[in-house]
Amino acid sequence: MSQKREAAIVGIHEYPSRDVEGEISPLQMKAESAARALEDAGLTWADVDGIYDAGDGGGMMNGLTIAEYFGLKPTVINTTGVGGSSYEFHAAHARRDIAAGKCKVALLTYGSTAHSNARAIGVGGRGAGSMHPAENMDSFAGQTLIANYAMVAKRHMFEYGTTSRQLAEISTATRYHAMRNPEAVQAMEDLEFLDIRETTVDDVVNSRLIADPLHLLECCMISDGGGAVVIAAPEVARNCKKPPVWIIGSGEATKYPENGGDITTSAAAQSGPIAFADAGVSAAEMDIAMIYDSFSITVLALLEDLGFCKKGEGGAWVEGGRLRFDQSGGPALNTDGGGLSSNHPGMRGIFLLIEAARQLRGESTSQVPGAKLAVAHGNGGMLGSRHAAGTIILGAD
Amino acid sequence: MSEAKKVPTRPLPKAEEFDTKEFWAGTKDKEFRYQQCADCNTVVFYPRRHCTGCTSGNLEWKVAAGNATVYSYSVVRQSYHPFFRNLVPYVVAWIDLDEGPRILSNVTGVTPEEVEIGMKLKLDWEEHEELNIPLFTPV
Repeated sequence: MSQKREAAIVGIHEYPSRDVEGEISPLQMKAESAARALEDAGLTWADVDGIYDAGDGGGMMNGLTIAEYFGLKPTVINTTGVGGSSYEFHAAHARRDIAAGKCKVALLTYGSTAHSNARAIGVGGRGAGSMHPAENMDSFAGQTLIANYAMVAKRHMFEYGTTSRQLAEISTATRYHAMRNPEAVQAMEDLEFLDIRETTVDDVVNSRLIADPLHLLECCMISDGGGAVVIAAPEVARNCKKPPVWIIGSGEATKYPENGGDITTSAAAQSGPIAFADAGVSAAEMDIAMIYDSFSITVLALLEDLGFCKKGEGGAWVEGGRLRFDQSGGPALNTDGGGLSSNHPGMRGIFLLIEAARQLRGESTSQVPGAKLAVAHGNGGMLGSRHAAGTIILGAD
Repeated sequence: MSEAKKVPTRPLPKAEEFDTKEFWAGTKDKEFRYQQCADCNTVVFYPRRHCTGCTSGNLEWKVAAGNATVYSYSVVRQSYHPFFRNLVPYVVAWIDLDEGPRILSNVTGVTPEEVEIGMKLKLDWEEHEELNIPLFTPV
């Protein structure tokens, strides 16, 4: 089966700083990143006719706000907001809109000052009751975001015998890659990480427990950050400065608490097979796996759900370092250093697309030689309760 | 003028929220109410006006006996919430009532180290002025 050539990533930019010290706004970060991504592609603002944005920061009419701010008159505005997976949804929708002839150059943007705002995302309080019924049932229990994910890990351990040492392999692999990425190292310095170096399984399991069974080094950072991705139609993509990175498959799904439901299986079990079938490739063929690493357990559950191994076998599968870019037997995981060790301003999904594109262009700091296929999987919301899943399969010529 | 020092309290639900107000009204009488569809038998929880299993909307309110099991849990050791920060370490858990509803709550009256998945629990109401909060404690 020949790969689809309907739309391609042609421009990328990751805002370099993870600590902007309140000197730049999220909107400014979006515009700066958009301009750099357009330059990367060899395009200009005038070429953009589709805007994709997660609807954050622009108020009730964000699609309008962002068009005016950029100074654009797009024919497509899409503000799908499903947390950290929004950008995988946007990539899927942009490909669809381009294939349908509704636009030719789609611009995806993100900007956040979560660190500068001192937002305690992982251990912050959840407020009192809400006029949303689900929140009105949940908010009295004091479940932190980290505890939400920890409950998936606890159940995974109970059902499959998964261990903290196995989960720690996710953290050590991403840190291994982060130490090769100067921007990730700078990020850890700016965010005042202690002892910035490659980590061992012992380091991870000996770091303090935040919410059992998750340790500090199994939790992502809270950074500032932003980025942009430009997706274009084939006739545009073939004339851009960099080689096109084709979107060859996509899948979308949601999951939420259900009476008697299984929290060890995520929405990726629905979105993954749809995306791989769309692309006509399998998980085993992936050179690169950009998997949303909010926590160690997120990656373990998602690798299983995407079909890299069977449900429950992820713990044993990740042992021995097969997720490192210079090891065989598995895809290279989060080669930029991931949310655990490079960049997590709250909604990391756009960076999954950016690093996957770098790999398929040959531009990563942990480059897999000749990488041809990548999966970018975003998980938005909370793994242990309600979340959205966007799977994007990318292919190089 | 000195301000009286306010003791932080557990965040309480909104008793007037449309879908869940019947549940919270029941807690005043220490009743754990849930819905079941008279046509398709689907247990609906959290409460809603519509059945999620069929389109009949023929939901009946029932009262759970209060027997439950830990589905999964975590011990929260760090929280910045003004109330919960003083409670650490505490246990937050997904708890399955015998009748089917799954609720997010706390396991109380036991040290965190003793809690385990599969542990049998019973309702342990925490009393407040306008409503009561359904917590759980080992049988």
